[in-house]
Amino acid sequence: MAVTVSPESDIVATPIQRALKEAFYAGAISLGLFVLFIGLKTGQNISNELVVTTRWGLLAAVVIATAVGRFLYVAYGQPFMASQKITNVATGLLPASVASRFFQLPWFIAAVVAAVLLFVLNNSLAGWVGAEPAGYLQFLRALAIIYVLACVIYYFRAFIHANFTKLGVTALVLYPILVVAVLSLNAWSIASGLQGSLKWVDNFGIQILIYVMLAWGLNIVVGLAGLLDLGYVAFYALGAYAYALLATHFGLSFWILLPAAGAMAALWGVLLGFPVLRLRGDYLAIVTLAFGEIIRLVLINWREVTNGSAGISGIPKVSFFGLMSFNVSDPNYIAKVLHIAQSGAYYKIFLYYLILGLCLLTAFVTIRLRRLPVGRAWEALREDEIACRSLGINTTTTKLTAFATGAMFGGFAGSFFAARQGFVSPESFVFLESAIILAIVVLGGMGSLVGIAVAAMVMIGGTEALRELDFLKQIFGPDFTPELYRMLLFGMAMVIVMLWKPRGFVGSREPTAFLKERRAVSGSFTKEGHG
Amino acid sequence: MAATTLLDIKGVQTYYGNIRALNGVDVTVKQGEIVALIGANGAGKSTLMMTIFGAPRARAGTITFAGTDITQMPTHEIARMRIAQSPEGRRIFPRMTVMENLQMGASLDNLKHYDEDVEKVFTLFPRLKERIAQRGGTLSGGEQQMLSIGRALMARPKLLLLDEPSLGLAPLIVKQIFDAIRELNRTQGLTVFLVEQNAFGALKLATRGYVMVNGNVTMSGTGKELLANPEVRAAYLEGGHH
Repeated sequence: MAVTVSPESDIVATPIQRALKEAFYAGAISLGLFVLFIGLKTGQNISNELVVTTRWGLLAAVVIATAVGRFLYVAYGQPFMASQKITNVATGLLPASVASRFFQLPWFIAAVVAAVLLFVLNNSLAGWVGAEPAGYLQFLRALAIIYVLACVIYYFRAFIHANFTKLGVTALVLYPILVVAVLSLNAWSIASGLQGSLKWVDNFGIQILIYVMLAWGLNIVVGLAGLLDLGYVAFYALGAYAYALLATHFGLSFWILLPAAGAMAALWGVLLGFPVLRLRGDYLAIVTLAFGEIIRLVLINWREVTNGSAGISGIPKVSFFGLMSFNVSDPNYIAKVLHIAQSGAYYKIFLYYLILGLCLLTAFVTIRLRRLPVGRAWEALREDEIACRSLGINTTTTKLTAFATGAMFGGFAGSFFAARQGFVSPESFVFLESAIILAIVVLGGMGSLVGIAVAAMVMIGGTEALRELDFLKQIFGPDFTPELYRMLLFGMAMVIVMLWKPRGFVGSREPTAFLKERRAVSGSFTKEGHG
Repeated sequence: MAATTLLDIKGVQTYYGNIRALNGVDVTVKQGEIVALIGANGAGKSTLMMTIFGAPRARAGTITFAGTDITQMPTHEIARMRIAQSPEGRRIFPRMTVMENLQMGASLDNLKHYDEDVEKVFTLFPRLKERIAQRGGTLSGGEQQMLSIGRALMARPKLLLLDEPSLGLAPLIVKQIFDAIRELNRTQGLTVFLVEQNAFGALKLATRGYVMVNGNVTMSGTGKELLANPEVRAAYLEGGHH
């Protein structure tokens, strides 16, 4: 008996039918895309011959995963999202949001209990269940902690939203203390707590804050003054080399060289600014890009001074305002002065607070300047240069001050970077760094300090976090190194954020002028609301 | 009315590349006057307005303001002589709020009389007060024009230059804006030099007027004289303008 297809189903395809069709297309596209990327792997053998390995199994897995993902999204995801927008006929209410159904109190309590239990039993787990299941249990513990934190953020979202800046600064100030406390409790010894905190304070804290500072500095040039600068890393390099050279050759202290490095970078900002005064947009971007490369090439080739690509090593550490030192051999070593146990963690924690202070200085200066004539002129310059001139604003000095101020913060960050690493080489100042800093500014929302800080945390913290995903080795095999995928994820994150929030995380800007006071503004709104 | 000459333009020639846009223009504006410059599209009216501000710069002739030769001064220095401009296309700052736009206008005055002047602008254009916290780019055309004039007034100018304030606006709004200009001139004695295609409205408002054709001033006289002049009527008033 022949199967007859009813004509209706041709016209109105059910979601399942549509999903099957789309899944087929998605699978075909991914097959076409990945057949060369994933299906074939080329390499060299020992006698330099090309070796082609085929990976059909992996290719099939990727194609099937794409098709299944598309099927699930079209068949179930889309109808579900559509149903979320339809009000209930009986009650006239929208259905409870996914978030409120996902974050429920019983689950929250269960997650807390699971996290605490797994934490307490952590050390004995491997003995009971064996090493491999213990790895999965650690993964489970991580999930439970993430769920608990997400719940807390969800329950207090209104409070967090209202006090975001204060909470953020408090969290940053308490961060190293919390890390040391939690790790000390976990291992039940302060020494190993300090030792364990190195990674969290240095790789996460300091690394992210350096980028926050750089992005906030670039924000003055790009976000406020609207001058697209692709060579910002040059000023970072100038600050780093200024500190490295002056400290190693003349033994000057960090506290003298920090302002000196900032001033030097600012001077170079002005020197760059002069020739590019008449340029805007793409033209300016190309010249600044060239400037960044020139500085890097000079650092590589001027061997007598910069020691070329070998870089400068043995850069002295920062002292505790000249009172205490962080060198174990010095008589005023911090542990000797304070009679505490030796540890490398003190220096990292000190550096953390130093860069946090520098960041807050940058933010404070930016916020203050926006309310002063020069900051307002930067923003007006971004909007309309001709109008600025006809209002009596000297656009030459306005642009130069923007370049100089941005460059100065780059120089500060650079000298901090040199002091933290103890080693600088031109490799740290490639174009990719400029691009990453600019990407952070754009993702965060041009001109928004909070948005930029969040973007730096997501981008830099995210790539650092990839190193922590050891449990993935249990799935993909011991050769799998997640950090190799960081640029891929960086790119994906940028595409997703730009689709989802085209103006960056924080797209609105805070006005700086009010009629006498803020309340007066809203008051006059309600009173004179007629068209 | 026998007041001193505030702005004196003598034999000004301006070029765009090799193309001459102004062929030796003579215009004077005296203290306390409203002077209108009318003419067809492309006659060089806006070019003259921009030449006063030095962009583009005059290749020949002199521009004197209150006894000072400003022909070769940088644009921002000219503005600091207290010449304010509501430029062609208004050029307000689109992402900044109404208040911030006004604040930018007061830059020259170092915000000394800021609160007082803001109140004055709001008395002149009550519509702006309703839009106080709105971004400039979201205002209607008429409101943008008001903001542009308000911003120019914040600098406490001796001379206000207006480039086509009626462009693209509804007749009712045009009337409001012309009334505001007349009001400013009468109560504060503000000197105004305006460029207009709306010849009828401009000449009715003006103390004196100039007619510009192809980069030359071809006629001048009081507003009433020009309104009565048959040539002016034929060319600019009976072709559909109200």
